[in-house]
Order: sequence, then C-alpha cells, then structure tokens
Amino acid sequence: MEKKLYSITAIYSYPNDIIRAAKTVRDAGYKKFDVHTPYPIHGLDGAMGLKETKLGFVTLAAAIVGAAGMISFASWVAVVDYPQVIGGKPYWSWPAFVPVTYEIAVLLAVLGTVGAMIAFFFKFPNISHPLHDTPYMKKVSADKFGVSIQADDEQFDEKKVRELLKSAGGEVEAVYYSEEFLTFKPQTFDPKFIVLLAGIALATSAGGYLYFNKVLYLPPFDWMMMQPKVNPQTMSEFYADGFGMRLPVAGTVARGFIPYPYALGAKADSVGKFLVNPLLPTKTTLDLGKKKYFTYCSPCHGNFGNGDSRMNGQFPNPPTLHSDKVRTWPDGAIFHTITVGQNVMPSYQYQISREERWAIVNYIRTLQRAYNAKESDLQ
Amino acid sequence: MSAHESVIIPKKELPANIVKLGWALTVIGLVLVVLSYVTDAQRAGFNNIIGFTFLASVAVGAVFFIALEYIAGAVWSTPFRRVLEFLGMLLIPVVLLAIPIFMNFHDLYHWTHADVVANDKVLQSKSPYLNEQFFTIRFVIYIVIWSLFYFIFRHNSLKQDQDSDQKRTKKNIALAAAFIPLLAISISLFSIDWLMSLEPHWFSTMFGVYYFTGSILTALAVTTYFVVVLSEKGYFFKGINENHYYSFGALLFGLLSFWAYIAFSQFMLIWYANLPEENFWFIARWQNGWEYVSVAIVLLHFWIPYFMLVSRPSKMKPRTLKQSAAILIAAHFLDMYWLVMPTYSASPVLSYYELAFPVLSIGVIIVLFAMQAKKYNLVPVGDPKLQRGIDFTL
Repeated sequence: MEKKLYSITAIYSYPNDIIRAAKTVRDAGYKKFDVHTPYPIHGLDGAMGLKETKLGFVTLAAAIVGAAGMISFASWVAVVDYPQVIGGKPYWSWPAFVPVTYEIAVLLAVLGTVGAMIAFFFKFPNISHPLHDTPYMKKVSADKFGVSIQADDEQFDEKKVRELLKSAGGEVEAVYYSEEFLTFKPQTFDPKFIVLLAGIALATSAGGYLYFNKVLYLPPFDWMMMQPKVNPQTMSEFYADGFGMRLPVAGTVARGFIPYPYALGAKADSVGKFLVNPLLPTKTTLDLGKKKYFTYCSPCHGNFGNGDSRMNGQFPNPPTLHSDKVRTWPDGAIFHTITVGQNVMPSYQYQISREERWAIVNYIRTLQRAYNAKESDLQ
Repeated sequence: MSAHESVIIPKKELPANIVKLGWALTVIGLVLVVLSYVTDAQRAGFNNIIGFTFLASVAVGAVFFIALEYIAGAVWSTPFRRVLEFLGMLLIPVVLLAIPIFMNFHDLYHWTHADVVANDKVLQSKSPYLNEQFFTIRFVIYIVIWSLFYFIFRHNSLKQDQDSDQKRTKKNIALAAAFIPLLAISISLFSIDWLMSLEPHWFSTMFGVYYFTGSILTALAVTTYFVVVLSEKGYFFKGINENHYYSFGALLFGLLSFWAYIAFSQFMLIWYANLPEENFWFIARWQNGWEYVSVAIVLLHFWIPYFMLVSRPSKMKPRTLKQSAAILIAAHFLDMYWLVMPTYSASPVLSYYELAFPVLSIGVIIVLFAMQAKKYNLVPVGDPKLQRGIDFTL
C-alpha cells in the first residue's frame, strides 16, 4: 500500500504556545494549515487569521423562512381553513401568533445551522480524514495542542516546515495516509443496512401497537357518561313510539300546575279582564318581579321598559311599555301577553312560572307609575 | 500573562467641553423644573416621576451590574467597572428628586385621598399596602438597601486601588450574592409603588420585571455610551479593541431582546384575557394619540436597536454601539413617559414641562460622572482581574 505525505504536524503543551505557533505559521504565509485543540481557545481564530464564518447567514435565512412560514401558516389556519371566533377577537389576531412564530423561527434557525454545518462544512457523508486514527489526533483530543501544515500548500517544503515548527518550540512529526483510507465509503447507504433499519422500525412499531392497543387495552372509563337512562332529546328503546320524553296522560294535571285556558290567538284586552292578579305589590313580590324582569324582559324592552333594546339591533325593538294602551290594560292583559307572546315576542310560559309572571306584572306597574308620577307621589 | 505593554490611564479629567455641557444642561434643567413647578405643580409632578424613575433606573441598574460582575467573575468588564461605580452615585439625586413628589403627593396619587378610598372597595382592600406611611417606609428601605450595598462595593473597590488587596474582591463577591435577590425584590416593589400605583386599580404581575429589565438595559446603555465616547478620546487604557466592544454590544442586544420578550408577554396576556379590570390600562395607551407613542416605543426600544446590533461586525463598531445606546436611553425616557403620563392627560402632551427632567437628568449624569472622574481613578488599578480584562479576547 502506497503511503503519501499528508502533513507535518507539531505538538505543543500550552495554549499560549499554540497561539504563538499559529501566528508564526500564518506570518510565514502558509494557507493550508489547521490547529487542533481539546477545547476552544479564545483568540485562536484571530491568531490563525481565519475569515469570519458565513454560517450566520444560514441561520438568518432559516430564521426568516421559519418566521414567515409560521405566520402565514397560522394566518391561513385562523382565517381561511378553520375560522373560529375566539374571545370575541377578529380572525386575524396577530399577537396570538407571535409566540409560535418566534419559536418556529428559533427552531428552524437551530436546525438549519446544524444541518448546514454538517452538510457544507463537514462535507457529510464523507467521514474520513487523513488525521484520523493517528497518534497526533489522540494527543490533541486529550491534553495537547497541535498544528498541522498540509503537504498540498503552495509553498510547502518539508525541511522548511519542520524547521519553522521546531523553532516555535513544537514536537514535530509527519503524518502519512493511503488513498484507500480516504476513499473508504461509509456503509450507511448499503441496501442491506437500510433493509435492516426498516425491519427494526417496522417490528418495534408493530410490537408497540399490539402491546399498547391489544395486550394492555383497557376500556375507557365512561360509566358515568353512559348510564342506562333516557337523556333529554334522545330516543327511547323502551316505549313503542320511540319518544324518550313523555306527554302527560289525557285528563290529568300535574301537581302545582294550573293549565292556561286561553289560546295563542286570543286578544290580550279581551281575555285580560277574566284574569285577576293574585299577588299584592309587596316588597317581596316587587323584588322578585324586578329580578325576573331584568333577566327575561329587559334585553328587548330595556331596563326601564322604554323599548330601548340592549340587543344592538339584532332583534326589532318592541314598543314602549309606557304607552296609554299598556297603562290602561288590566293586569290580566299583560299576564296573557307574557304567557302566550305577541307578534315576534315568543311565549314565556315555560321559562317563567305563573307566580313570577304576576310578579313581573306588578313590577311593570311600578315602572309605569314611576314614569307618570302624580304630584301626590312626590310627597 | 501578556507580553505587550499595557498603558492604563488611571486618572484624567474629562474633556472640558463635556463637563461644560453637563453643567449647562443641569442649570437649564433646574431652571425649567422650577419654572414648571411654579406654573403647574401637578403636571410638573408627573414629569418629576418620569425623571425620578429614569435616574433610579440608571443608578440601580449600575449597582446591579457591579454586583453581577463580581458574582459572575466577569473579566472583560473589569476595566470599565469604575463607570458603573460612578453612575451608582446617582442614588443621591434620586433621593433629592423624590422630595418634590412627596410634597405634591395628593395631586399625583389617586389612592392618597381618604374620601376616594372610603368609597372604593378595591382601594380599601389594597389600603394595608397602599397607604402613605407604609409607602414612605418602603421607599426608605429600598434606598437603604441600594445605597448600603453600593457604598460598600464602591468603598472596597476604591480602597483596592491603593492596597491591591485581593480579599476585597472576595468580600464584594459575597456581598453581591446577598444583594442580587434583595435587589430583584426591592426594584420590583419600587416600580409597583411609584409607577403601577398611579393607576391603583390596575395590576400586572409582569410589571416589576418590566421595569427591572428596562432599568438594567438603560444602565448598560449609559455605561456603553460613556465607555465608547471616552475610549475614542483615549481614556481607560490603550488597546481597547473589538473584543471589548463586542461584549458590550452582545449584552445590549441580549437585554433589549429580553425587554421585548417581557413587554410583549405583559401585553399579550392582558390582550388575550381581555378582562375589563386589566385591559383599560392598555386601551388608554391605544387611543387619542397615545397609539403613536406606543408604536414609537416598540420601534425605538426594540426593532431599531435590534437591527442595528443584530450582526456580529455591527456589535464591534463603536459608532453603532454609541448610536444604539443613545436610542435606548431615549427610548427608556419615552417608556417612563408612556407609563406615567396617560394618568395625567388623555392625549400625549409635549412642552417645557416634559423637557425639564430629561435635560436635568442627562446634565446630572454628566456632572456627577465628571466630578468623580476628577477625584478617582477611571480604571480599577488594584483589581486582580484587571490585566485579564485588558487582554480579553473572545
């Protein structure tokens, strides 16, 4: 096997010596030389006369790609693909995208830097170098500092180089290599090896799947959710008609419930005179009426019954409750309107109990009185 | 360690024109301050808070960096530590600037009115903390903590110039370890007391960190500015090089990014939750012209210096460093203005009231620096780390 000269190396014992040696070699005009140390030494790149690395531009480019890509992806998801109102904010709420954009930018910058370093600077997949497996490399990766001047440098002359390195106080040694060693191909892309890797991947994932989904399988803990009862609005398998919710038996009345005798179409002023308010306008009933009025009536009729809706025009505004028509109505007419509804106003008999409806009537009467107070009320 | 001869310039008066400029700014500032207090005490008082918190930023930030250098064993900054030790002296004008605020306390702080607190449940429940006696006691405690540690650090450092005793460095390291947690707590509470309580209903748990970050960034910017300007004129030592400049640039860059991170986090959490008891503070700063001030802060405090300092060569250029430091100092003033003034007026105002305290602050910084530079060495000649700091390489 033919051996060729790769470089002349020199070993030094102290960091200051290697900095001085690097300066000497640089000043002598050598271009193809390298310095090896077990740990980074401050000021060495300056002593070697290294140019600034271009790796920072890769980092910058990767960060810009990451940031731009992420902000466009987040915008596309939030505006185009799956628009959802979150917290009443517009679809394109950029402050929410900032953290994820920042993090993807950092992630891509890091991956891009490492990737570029391996691909361009380390010339992957080339994994051999003439200095590998030499006594020189063993020393400089433990406790010594070395400089190596390559034989293919333009002004290389073995004698001169040896003298130069010796004058800088080093222990000089030549490194030889064989072509065979350099053309050594890593077996990473050998088909057999690839098949082996794929087989291992398949076996572990299949084994993992079977183990977790078949051997260790536990049914989900859903016994609180899945009870043998009929939920509202669901089908029943027990009753022949399939309805889960039952109707009252014909001719019966539920306890504490008085059926309402008037139909939806009945005019308020015609049926009102037959209904008598069972409640007195005491503090208790007025407080109840006020509470229920604010819950159910005020969204459309306004806080004081003026018909100034709080719904910002989402529903048509109702007329005021302080008109002569409503003020001269009997209590029963207002009760009937709440019970069966009128025009766009729906029936409230299922939301508001009978008592509460009468209490609301009392409260409306109070509002009307307040808006049309007599002289005597003010005293 | 190094073979080359180091030429330290231990003591030298500052250039006459800088000293003159400092005195001129101080006098003009004082005249404007008196004038504004005579014409409109309330508006002057709000501006007083801006100037007060700005000077406190520089003073406390400087003491923080002294402690940080000791505790981290930093080498590159040792030749410039005197700048920080001179800047810490600003604790004296900070105390002086607090006096007129205390005299106009009722015009400035809403929660000092007993009748307002009596009718306000929120303020009532905050009153065990937010009352005038406890507020004053706390302020005294902060000042005692800061000045105690500052004067011991300074004393040890100045004495070391004469006796070169290495034990003094060790003492300061131990003190720095005790000081840094105390500082973190005291400066957070300080910002809550003096800035956040201007809007006593508002609260943000980020606020202390926000002010702390801005403070140390500003102290570093002032230091960088002094170091670059004076080195260009041949102060400190011969052989100051890009390694030293790069360290200043990298630290500035890191801190301004951290400031942006904190500022954005504070904004985003409040914006996302959108709770009325929190968001009104930002809403007030996003209408009637305040939105331009807000955008200006984002640009001046982050984006412009960020892009100025982002590349490695630019961190080594003295001119870029000087410019970005100046921008950051101005941005911190603007930041304090943005924190304080919306309480005073619904839209941004600018008149001699607003200029009085910035002019005075800059003047006082220069004058105090010049006075001490005349008396003491500009480089800590007795420090054991000094030679390593001068020979520092990246």
